[in-house]
Amino acid sequence: MSNTVKSPWVIHYDGSSCNGCDIEVLACLTPLYDVERFGIINTGNPKHADIFLVTGSVNEQNKNVVKQIYDQMPEPKVVAAIGICACTGGIFSECYNVLGGVDKVIPVDCYIPGCAARPEAIIDGVVKALGVLEQKRLAMKQGGNTPAAAEEEKEA
Amino acid sequence: MGKRTVIPFGPQHPVLPEPVHLDLVLDDEKVVDVIPSIGFVHRGLEKLVEIREYPEMVYVSERICGICSFGHGWGYSHAVEGLLNAEVPERAEYLRTIWHELSRIHSHLLWLGLLADGFGFESLFMHCWKLRETVLDLFEETTGGRVIFSVCRVGGVSRDMDKETLNKVVKTLRGMEKEIKELTDVFFEDYSVGNRLKGVGFITKEQAMELCAVGPVARGSGIRQDMRLSGPGIYNELGFEPIVFEEGDCWARCMVRIGELFQSIDLIEKAVEKIPEGDIIVPIKGVLPAGEAYMARLEQPRGEAIYYVRGQGTKFLERFRVRTPTCMNIPAMVKMLQGCDLADVPMMILTIDPCISCTER
Amino acid sequence: MYTKQNFINIEPADLFNRVQDMKAEGYRLVQICCTTLKSGFEVLYSFDLDGELVSLRLDMPANTEIDSISKIYWPAFIYENEMKDLFGLKIRHIELDFGGHFFRVAEETPWAPKTKAEVE
Repeated sequence: MSNTVKSPWVIHYDGSSCNGCDIEVLACLTPLYDVERFGIINTGNPKHADIFLVTGSVNEQNKNVVKQIYDQMPEPKVVAAIGICACTGGIFSECYNVLGGVDKVIPVDCYIPGCAARPEAIIDGVVKALGVLEQKRLAMKQGGNTPAAAEEEKEA
Repeated sequence: MGKRTVIPFGPQHPVLPEPVHLDLVLDDEKVVDVIPSIGFVHRGLEKLVEIREYPEMVYVSERICGICSFGHGWGYSHAVEGLLNAEVPERAEYLRTIWHELSRIHSHLLWLGLLADGFGFESLFMHCWKLRETVLDLFEETTGGRVIFSVCRVGGVSRDMDKETLNKVVKTLRGMEKEIKELTDVFFEDYSVGNRLKGVGFITKEQAMELCAVGPVARGSGIRQDMRLSGPGIYNELGFEPIVFEEGDCWARCMVRIGELFQSIDLIEKAVEKIPEGDIIVPIKGVLPAGEAYMARLEQPRGEAIYYVRGQGTKFLERFRVRTPTCMNIPAMVKMLQGCDLADVPMMILTIDPCISCTER
Repeated sequence: MYTKQNFINIEPADLFNRVQDMKAEGYRLVQICCTTLKSGFEVLYSFDLDGELVSLRLDMPANTEIDSISKIYWPAFIYENEMKDLFGLKIRHIELDFGGHFFRVAEETPWAPKTKAEVE
């Protein structure tokens, strides 16, 4: 079965973004950019998902929501931070209710810059994330721990 | 009488593009009470005025919301211009109006798509969003950005459109009209669409007034309320008259927005015909007068938005406050939801066109 | 093109009656906005009638307690809870009181005036 490629499913969560990047993520899924032709499907269920797309920065209130979605996803999984707010907090990094980028809460594999991130950039980023996903899958096959599991062990 | 159940709705939910949380108190299938809770997207950007000078705040203001971004930049600039009593060139006001109306077309198409997705008509969703891309291409061509344009400045706009571009905008929109018509006919005529929308989420004119509803929610209940009648822009010169429907249900709110799609195309065409030559920006210098305040109102795609600014004798504002339309429509939504079926909840939430990142700033 | 600004200064004790008059005259509540000043708080209650915007302005020390107007205008609960959560304003008898949990923020009442100790 080496000639078949997995169809990655994505789950999207909007942190405290301004909607700009969310709408661009959705634009990727609709006819003009249409990533569905590659088998990428947006799912609402974290247990079906391989790639976690986060837009917007994290704050006190949504940090547990982000963590929960991440924990529910099966291994191997990758996280892509979309837009400058998800990467670092961006223009809002100095606001009192913004903790910063998504990497403050969960490990991020792929950073996609832009305000708002362009659909082309998002697709490019997701393709990069697929590479990381493949590496993690191979690592799991060889019996090694996935990076996330290794991290949990370290914490424990 | 059945057992009462509380169902948490959101923050991550398939029909919601944005995080909002509602506790729905159910008596079997009927919703008896709703308790909204917000704050997932609260950033506190109004407080950035303490570290950003007033010309820079335009960029922050544009990022209040990625859908009605241009309007927020305009509303803020207009409020500061009002505070300084600046003379903005007429051509700038025309250009702002054109971009704002283009944003309205994009926003309403986006919303129609989300609504279609909400009642499970996925191909209609895809069609709406495909059409929307044409408007985004116009944005990209005229401003350089698809989502956030950064063309609005305090004192005018930073980019001009030449005659050729303006004509192309009108031509493209006129070309879209037929496709929009085909699309909106589905909302008008399709039996199953009517079934989901007609008679659902009904509020009377009196209730809408009592609940202080704004925008398409108010206009769908027969209230002639539109800030384009009195706010900034050149709408009076274009002979603007708001679109009002009397029915007061989800269908009426949908029809108001569909009507505005075509109206915006007409407004843009008239503005392009009338646009005067001249400067597009005046230099604005100096400090903001201490203790003085200005409150500007602007009609966003979702309704009336308020921008309040107060100077303190420096380049920094003492206070910048935005009150967005969704904030004022949440009470109306809560009243609509009381007594409805659980299956209709997504329809009612969608027809107020909630924009949570606006509301929480 | 700029609209005339109508700000009417009133006393905190008159608030409830003034707002009741506004309601009787058919005004629509537009917004409530709080500003932290050096001397305390400025609270603006804006109303609209046929496109005319009128704002009632309260200027008061930070520890003044005011009445909720949500009995007159129910939608006011949104703004009053917001002011309570973000500014630490004291408001009595809100119809739908979230008890400081409407906006759940990282730091409590981030807009509240800083006490001397906090500034230093």
